[in-house]
Amino acid sequence: MEQRLAVQLGDWQLDNPIIPASGTFGFGYEFQEFYDINILGSIATKGTTLEPRFGNPTPRIAECTNGMINSVGLQNPGLDKVVTEEFAKLQKIFHKKVVANISGFSIEEYVACAKRMDEQDIVGIIEVNISCPNVKHGGMSFGTDPKAAYEVTKAVKEVVKHKPVYIKLSPNVTDIVAIAKACEEAGADGISMINTLLGSRFDLKTGKPIIHNIMGGFSGPAILPVALRMVYQVFEAVQIPIIGIGGISKAEDVIEMMSAGATAVQIGAENCRNPYVCKEIIERLPQLMDELHIDRLQDIIGRAHR
Amino acid sequence: MKSIIKYEILKNDKLAKDIYRMVLKGDTSWIEHPGQFVNVTIEHAYLKRPISICDWSDETLTLIYKVVGFGTLQMSQKQPHEMLECLVGLGNGYDVASINEPVLVVGGGVGIPPLYGLTKQLLQKGLKVDVILGYNTKEDMFYVEEFEQLGATVHVCTVDGCVGTQGFVSDVMKEKQLTDRFYCTCGPLPMLKAVYDTSSAQGLLSFEERMGCGFGACMGCSCKTITGYKRICKEGPVMKSEDILWNKD
Repeated sequence: MEQRLAVQLGDWQLDNPIIPASGTFGFGYEFQEFYDINILGSIATKGTTLEPRFGNPTPRIAECTNGMINSVGLQNPGLDKVVTEEFAKLQKIFHKKVVANISGFSIEEYVACAKRMDEQDIVGIIEVNISCPNVKHGGMSFGTDPKAAYEVTKAVKEVVKHKPVYIKLSPNVTDIVAIAKACEEAGADGISMINTLLGSRFDLKTGKPIIHNIMGGFSGPAILPVALRMVYQVFEAVQIPIIGIGGISKAEDVIEMMSAGATAVQIGAENCRNPYVCKEIIERLPQLMDELHIDRLQDIIGRAHR
Repeated sequence: MKSIIKYEILKNDKLAKDIYRMVLKGDTSWIEHPGQFVNVTIEHAYLKRPISICDWSDETLTLIYKVVGFGTLQMSQKQPHEMLECLVGLGNGYDVASINEPVLVVGGGVGIPPLYGLTKQLLQKGLKVDVILGYNTKEDMFYVEEFEQLGATVHVCTVDGCVGTQGFVSDVMKEKQLTDRFYCTCGPLPMLKAVYDTSSAQGLLSFEERMGCGFGACMGCSCKTITGYKRICKEGPVMKSEDILWNKD
């Protein structure tokens, strides 16, 4: 393993900072058909709720210039099946710890999911999604108000005894710094940012929305500058590590995101467009680092601020 | 086996109004069943375009597609000797090995292409095959002769009646007394529903949905079935009639 790619995320040393983002990688095994997923730093698993969910009606996908809108709506088999079936299956092919993404519609639900994830060997970090734009109650409503974000974080931190808790933030806010600070104050061990931006597309011929739910989460390379800006702002304001997410599609974007302040990164939409993207980035990074005279990735975290 | 393959375009001809046939040269060893699909990379488009396989040999792959927007328009402008990148190995397809009785094949419009490869395999297996092909009007028609040349009994209908029976594929099913025959179908959703409602037999239906990834990761194309949630791109696009929930709410 290329030690120069290793990063220290809290107490967890990752072989490299590349983590497929929740919701774009299932529970990993679809990608095992393309490459050995053990080359990844980790995997952020599909957003898990207490109860099984089908999610939203289709169409759930709309293409955009340099990106896509999804309104999947947290389709998942529910906490129990995720832990007993999906994790068991994933553990057979993936030998590292995962970032377990959880979601909820009430504080109690977040707490129940976090508690169970805290007991799982395979879980390295619990990622609390307070930013899903595709569910009516809960989800993003916890992530757009500093007080609600504080309360969810606090409640989860109270029951989680073993694993670091990262809060996944929404960009659909006027002041993301205030939200991030509220999470830190409530005891969050880290921040994952950003989730998707709310967007819509309309059919040219009919004039009607393409997405059944009208709005969905916009992601892809087009949102990279928004993510970079927000990671930069939050890095200035908090002491806890940041996992940078949003529009990363190539090794250059990883360098940029880490310069802005991310310790690790997640790759989202690009996995849907190119299933090999994470592998390609991991393979390209050493060469790019040579070109840029970067010895170790760990050294460039937040260098924009120095 | 899923992978990304760059194919050389051998031919890209217009067959009917907005309908094109592209013949590609390259590996086809990944194909397990007719009704599987490829996801085509389009320059300057973010997502790939899922296109069903019409026919294949050891070294060639035939796609028939309809120009409906930016991506398929780009495809139609490709010239021979240019390359086409495809994500391959996608979808379940029609399991021909499980079919052991006379078959009714029903296709509508751009749903017809995957049924060509299917009909070929069914006939090779020695099964009796009746084919119903439905089109809106004469200028939309393609591949009727090709199906006849395979040796299938072909019935044509057009909505405006200018060729064949006037009406829908379900009208032909009744007229030809084929409503108790095991069926395989592909076409627009209202047509699939009409075939399902008209037939008293079981069958296999191929569905369409807007897709994100095409290989089961993003959950963009999920549907509810009697046996649980399915992904059109992964567990589908072909579904058993007895699994289908038409009212999805």
